[in-house]
Amino acid sequence: MRWINTKPSRATQIALMLAPFLLLIVAYGVTSAARLADNPADKLLPALQTLIDAINRMAFQPDPRTGEYLLWSDTGASLVRLFSALGISTLIALFFGMVIGMLPYVRALLAPFVATISMVPPLALLPILFIVLGLGETSKITLIVIGVAPAMIRDLALKVLELPREQIIKAETLGGSSWQIALRVVLPQVLPRLITCLRLQLGPAWLFLIAAEAISSDSGLGYRIFLVRRYLSMDIIFPYVLWITLLAVITNFALDRLRIAVFPWSNLEAR
Amino acid sequence: MSEIVLDKVWKEYGDQIVLEKISLTIASRAFVALVGPSGCGKTTFLKMLLGEEAPTQGGITLDGVPLIAEPGPDRGVVFQRYSVFPHLTVLGNVLLGKVFKRSPIAARLFGAERRAAIDEAMTLIAEVGLNGSETKYPAQLSGGMQQRLALAQALIMKPKVLLLDEPFGALDPGIRAEIHVLMKRLWHETELTVVMVTHDMREAFTLGTRVIAFERPRDRPEERERYGAVLSRDIDIWPPRIAGENSIFAPDRDDPVIPLGLRQDDPAPQGDILP
Ligand SMILES: Nc1ncnc2c1ncn2[C@@H]1O[C@H](COP(=O)(O)OP(=O)(O)OP(=O)(O)O)[C@@H](O)[C@H]1O
Ligand SMILES: [Mg+2]
Repeated sequence: MRWINTKPSRATQIALMLAPFLLLIVAYGVTSAARLADNPADKLLPALQTLIDAINRMAFQPDPRTGEYLLWSDTGASLVRLFSALGISTLIALFFGMVIGMLPYVRALLAPFVATISMVPPLALLPILFIVLGLGETSKITLIVIGVAPAMIRDLALKVLELPREQIIKAETLGGSSWQIALRVVLPQVLPRLITCLRLQLGPAWLFLIAAEAISSDSGLGYRIFLVRRYLSMDIIFPYVLWITLLAVITNFALDRLRIAVFPWSNLEAR
Repeated sequence: MSEIVLDKVWKEYGDQIVLEKISLTIASRAFVALVGPSGCGKTTFLKMLLGEEAPTQGGITLDGVPLIAEPGPDRGVVFQRYSVFPHLTVLGNVLLGKVFKRSPIAARLFGAERRAAIDEAMTLIAEVGLNGSETKYPAQLSGGMQQRLALAQALIMKPKVLLLDEPFGALDPGIRAEIHVLMKRLWHETELTVVMVTHDMREAFTLGTRVIAFERPRDRPEERERYGAVLSRDIDIWPPRIAGENSIFAPDRDDPVIPLGLRQDDPAPQGDILP
């Protein structure tokens, strides 16, 4: 049988799925043990027990100085920034994506502009944002919006343009006005794509968030990582990185479930 | 009434001439079947009737009034694909025309108005044989059912003209015969003028009251750009089919071929028999 036709069974599939993760953990454990055997004071790859202690300290014991549970207060601060920025980006993308995709005049006006803006490296704008908007939340949220919104606008406008011309003509022959067609034909069909688009932008959004927090902040996951870096506290950095990854994975999964729950038809097409 | 008159219509795309000097009068309630080789401009012709494309020269009138330059509710359409909305259920698809008409801002209907619209939509859904599938999405329907849905969706607008672009081209012969019966009934019962593009000669002759053909008189590769297709055949079906009247030759069937048994060269020996 050809390789392209051999498929794993359900059990094999799960085993294969878990394998790389287990391999990573084992590799970490072995290397860490080897280094610690060499030099018990090594800080680079702490033992699993040290990691667990650190997690316990950060998550379940109040900070002696502020009385806060640091992991949770950092998570709260970061997620507020992340989700407000993603919310704003989504609204901007929905509006501009639809008008650019549907109206030839707006497309002529804005499509090249948005394409150009999306080429500006957002991190290069960070100093300007800090100077203009100050060091508070506004500049961080703005950075994420500038980083993800243009790509989302372009993606959504493309999706609108991809709708078969026949569908729009059909809607016109049913007497729909531009507004009615936007509301009942185009909008419902781009919303699932909007969610997918949001999922794809989660990575960049986290990148910009951590970057902004690293440079100027007094709380947040990125802030903490860069703070403890000075003391080479790998026992805190590793769990934080894992936690951030986990948050992103969960958001990604939840958004996809949401799409299928709200737009059941969007999964039928794939049959 | 809905008489369509084309007066010396030309269509060019850039340098390429697609259609040349098409003059044609389509009588009210006619069923015109349009045939021709691939790429000769049948879809282009239909798009001009829709208002989606404008003729390069010449004019088209509907009931003596120049055609509005964009698609509108007086002209319904069914394409070979993409004619129904994948995000709406069968009922939602058929309702949409009503909703657009009654609710300009919210584009949704509520209460008694909605119930009345649903009643009307349900009647049409039953008419095209889709009762029981009201809550299904198009992706859950077969190709034939999707085309029935597209017909119901177009007919709820009570258009004067129905334009069909190879609507049944992708269906297998059995399903196609079934949908032909439906199509004939709808044409008899509704105030419709139909223009249907098809590749299937048999379909053209079983459904149409008149069969017209487009053809390029000069079709050598080097001439293809400079010469378009012209109206090359225009055949009135005999015995005439008249909308809303039974054929005098076979009162219980619409297909005159079988009972007459006269034309040995007619490629339609079976199928299509009304119950
Ligand atoms: N938008 C367009 N721009 C340029 N040329 C076009 C356009 N649409 C159609 N044409 C050309 O017009 C000619 C007729 O196309 P049309 O789609 O009307 O053919 P058709 O008769 O419907 O063919 P088929 O039977 O394959 O559907 C083709 O040669 C095509 O290349
Ligand atoms: Mg065509």
